Amino acid sequence: MTTATVPLTSTASVRTPWTEFWRKFKRQHAAVIAGVFVLLLVTLAILAPWIVPYDAENFFDYDSLNARPSWKHWFGVDPLGRDILSRLLMGARISLTAGFVSVAVGAIVGTVLGLVAGYREGWWDRIIMRLCDVLFAFPGILLAIGIVAILGGGMINVIIAVAIFSIPTFARLVRGNTLSLKHLTYVEAARSVGASDWTIVMRHIFPGTIAAVVVYFSLRIGTSIITAASLSFIGLGAQPPTPEWGAMLNEARSDMMTSPHVAIFPSLAIFFTVLAFNLLGDGLRDALDPKIDRR
Amino acid sequence: MLQYIVRRLLGLIPTLLIVAVLVFMFVHLLPGDPARLAAGPDATPATVALVRQDLGLDKPLPEQFIRFATGVLRGDFGRSLRTKRPVSTEIAERFMPTMWLTVAAMAWSVLIGMAIGTLSAVWRNRWPDRVGMTLAVSGISFPAFALGMLLMQIFAVQLNWLPTVGADTWRHYILPSVTLGAAVAAIMARFTRSSFVEILQDDYIRTARAKGLPETVVVVKHGLRNALIPVVTMMGLQFGFLLGGSIVVEVVFNWPGMGRLLIDAVDMRDYPVIQGLVLLFSVEFILINLIVDVLYAVINPTIRYR
Repeated sequence: MTTATVPLTSTASVRTPWTEFWRKFKRQHAAVIAGVFVLLLVTLAILAPWIVPYDAENFFDYDSLNARPSWKHWFGVDPLGRDILSRLLMGARISLTAGFVSVAVGAIVGTVLGLVAGYREGWWDRIIMRLCDVLFAFPGILLAIGIVAILGGGMINVIIAVAIFSIPTFARLVRGNTLSLKHLTYVEAARSVGASDWTIVMRHIFPGTIAAVVVYFSLRIGTSIITAASLSFIGLGAQPPTPEWGAMLNEARSDMMTSPHVAIFPSLAIFFTVLAFNLLGDGLRDALDPKIDRR
Repeated sequence: MLQYIVRRLLGLIPTLLIVAVLVFMFVHLLPGDPARLAAGPDATPATVALVRQDLGLDKPLPEQFIRFATGVLRGDFGRSLRTKRPVSTEIAERFMPTMWLTVAAMAWSVLIGMAIGTLSAVWRNRWPDRVGMTLAVSGISFPAFALGMLLMQIFAVQLNWLPTVGADTWRHYILPSVTLGAAVAAIMARFTRSSFVEILQDDYIRTARAKGLPETVVVVKHGLRNALIPVVTMMGLQFGFLLGGSIVVEVVFNWPGMGRLLIDAVDMRDYPVIQGLVLLFSVEFILINLIVDVLYAVINPTIRYR
């Protein structure tokens, strides 16, 4: 590990991984649009408390209950008189935080487990993979429901549940990559010059797994937002009057006949957000590594 | 072949055991005293003590686990706290509606998904591909509960073509199974397409074309069969997705199945029912994966000797 990286002098002609990635990524218009949409959404979510037209939980416009979209209320009013646009904007904070935090925790824990399992093999591998098998044995949302049943409802517990639900996916992915990377010549070269296990894993193997992790990260955020919203929808996550999108849909169910717009806007919010993360993930996959499995 | 099946079955035992331990531990992980939970909120300390003894909650944990595990093997999951009926009876009543719903969703979504995937691969980067893949990415992005509400609003409420809730006739199955299967159809379409695109670039496809076979024969006979091998494994995973997804869809359509039962049980903290259902869902999923793996080994002999 004595060789420092050679400083690159020329700029235009050199293809660094970044320029190479950008060259491939920007060709995918759907993914670029999705990326811009995600950035816009994140900005709106951060600014939400200052830009919402009305208070999302405590403003009640009793003169326009169930009102359809208008200039005064762009997305209409719900049966309690609350402004739907304001609630959606505040809800974006909850859904995006839930999706991002849970996947980040799942990805970090899963990546560490995957690196250990793949690099060490033997007992570590067997124990970690058995653990993943067990987590995978509870189909879909069932694991999250079980965890929420133990911890109790509420958004924090939903995030924990969805994070645990994401761990095995990342662990398996990183383990597979680690197994194939560690027998490559450059890793053996590093080992033969006496690099420690820590150096080999962190400098030579981990960077090779990042591309796949980034792709799954984006795709998983979509899944996690849906899972978190589903838990709130069935009454185990965020509780009314919290403007979480799934909880809003649950509240809208009873008034579906008279005021469908109360349900339509939260549905579209979830759909476009998840769609954006999925398109972004597809684009990242095609730009970073076309061989990564399609899920 | 038999050897392979036996090996796979033995490999399942540790997983099943850990799943059983986790499900057993569930009661003890819940906040509060399980005996008090079982006795009800108004029970006197004497009743709680009696319930504790009755359920064996005063025994050491390993002994309780053995009691639980032997009970489960005999089909005894205890009694529901809410209805006081055996959990096995509660679940048995709800089993078939969920089973048929999942099977119906699986059947249509696999057929449609594979058809869209195949068409997309054959007309890659042309309009059928673009339409198919746009549908597919939308399918995985639309949450099932929102889709269910939307379909119910349009086809049951506005147009009045189909019933809204319940599971009495085949017409009741249409909306829930479409809702449940949409995401799976989308995933199958994407997966079939990528599998097919890879196959269509193989040498033997070029050979088949070179010897002058009609394109339909090349695609169906030489392409489809080989492209389906990875798709079969995907089906197993998707079945798990359907089992999990049925929980949410059953809530939307008030379906008298196991998912609805589970959510009610979680609401009521009816933990014997939760335990029974979680165990059943996961065992079902593990067994389906085993069957899929065996099917896979039947199609692709190289797997058996790995």
